[in-house]
Amino acid sequence: MVESRYMTINMGPQHPATHGVLRLLLELDGEIIVKAEPHIGYLHRGIEKLSESMTYPQALTLTDRLDYTSALSNNLAYCLAVEKLLDIKIPKRAQYLRVLMAELQRIAAHLLWVATHALDLGAMTLLFYAFRERETILEILELATGARLTPSFIRIGGLASDIPATFLPRVKAFVEDFPRRVDDYETLLTENIIWKKRTTNIAPMSAEECIQYGVTGPVLRASGVCYDVRKAYPYSSYEDFDFEIPLGSHGDVYDRYLVRMKEMRQSNRIVKQAAEKLPDGPFAAVDAPLVVPPAKEEVGRDIAALIRHFKIMQEGFRPPCGEVYASIESSKGELGFYLISDGTNKPFRMRIRPPSFINLAALPKMIEGQMVADVVAAIGSIDIVLGEIDR
Amino acid sequence: MTASPSAFIRGTGSLLAGLGVTIKAFFQPVVTSQYPRQLLDISPRFRGHVKLLASADNPEKNGCIACGICAKNCPSGSIKNVEGEKREGEKRKTATSYTLDYTTCSQCGICVESCPSDCLAFSADFNCAGYKREDFYYDLVKEFEKRKKTS
Repeated sequence: MVESRYMTINMGPQHPATHGVLRLLLELDGEIIVKAEPHIGYLHRGIEKLSESMTYPQALTLTDRLDYTSALSNNLAYCLAVEKLLDIKIPKRAQYLRVLMAELQRIAAHLLWVATHALDLGAMTLLFYAFRERETILEILELATGARLTPSFIRIGGLASDIPATFLPRVKAFVEDFPRRVDDYETLLTENIIWKKRTTNIAPMSAEECIQYGVTGPVLRASGVCYDVRKAYPYSSYEDFDFEIPLGSHGDVYDRYLVRMKEMRQSNRIVKQAAEKLPDGPFAAVDAPLVVPPAKEEVGRDIAALIRHFKIMQEGFRPPCGEVYASIESSKGELGFYLISDGTNKPFRMRIRPPSFINLAALPKMIEGQMVADVVAAIGSIDIVLGEIDR
Repeated sequence: MTASPSAFIRGTGSLLAGLGVTIKAFFQPVVTSQYPRQLLDISPRFRGHVKLLASADNPEKNGCIACGICAKNCPSGSIKNVEGEKREGEKRKTATSYTLDYTTCSQCGICVESCPSDCLAFSADFNCAGYKREDFYYDLVKEFEKRKKTS
């Protein structure tokens, strides 16, 4: 038998630092990684196929379970795709609330990321502080949506309901307080000598490589490529808000960290603007009577509304035949939904472009030639969620 | 690896600055709560399992007219056995059985939205526990009767 000089080890699928059920097959030459191969599929639930047997409003509940750290962003991306198919106009108030919630969700997702990423690299303190603020955000979202992780609140045609009166004061209080908290996180990590030693020049990706691999999101921007769907192809009134796209230069783990920290501050700015500029008006489209069900009070009073209610609830709606692609900038990168409609009330095909899946494909490129201890830093820095990789 | 004295001082300073944050947090109010001795306020929109509400014109009986649209609309097929009877002198049916399989329910709220008689609502029960699967097959009509007696 010929002995190989390389050792093969399995990292995961039950490794706490792989953020879910990712299995990495590593071939090692001593401590240097020669080859890395991600094995996925441990969390496969068949969401794309399942949606083909559900009506459009029902399939919305599946999207919550893609990237479970930012469910509202997934809802938004799906709704934008269906609305593009139906060609309906969303009222400004609903659009602003969608932006507000998606950005709060982005902050929550980034907080979860910085907490676990720092924990993986041995900086445990930050976890408690980041979770404190994340908890505040989840409480605010729960106030409006009724759920912490799986809200299904952004609906086709608008929102599930209007926000309660206590919502905006709490958002404003959070927004005022948050920059101070980010300062605290940055004091803990940004200049921290141990943190810098563990992250600078680790798992670098150049701008060209990122583009070749189709990487999006903070990982791409850390390499200095200015691509953000919110600016490049504004959706849901993002053009009304004033914010910057933070960029890095080296594309290493440290730059990805810096980009996400700056992104949280920018998201905070957007939330602040959305809360201040929030217009009055309906929370769901009024000119789409075949999509948005009538108000409950109307159902009890008016027979025509009752018939409409039953029609929508029983059959859903039938978008015209066609294919659409709609994408948003989720906390991980470009999240897209490709929908094919054959004119029935169920999607003929729903293809999801999950950012984590495509970013994960670049992981072997990042870590080959690096030390085995840095794999954890690299996985943390691309911020994967297995829920949307396996779908 | 050797570090210059200035780099050493800078590095130590960065660690001390981080320690400052934790010391500051030490004097800030406590944010955790001592569950179960201390409970948090639950959002009025909190989505627990669904429950039946009383009929608008007769608080003695449940408002479900057994139309079954919730069962048809549920994405997970968690609502079963929605049956009702038409009682003497009443215009609509009244539900006699309504089973919610809470093991597969994902609290999306489509049933609440689809109810034409507005008699479904979310409960605030968050600490459900049971020893077997069947403990979570809720008969909502029975649950309504029980709630009526205790209130």
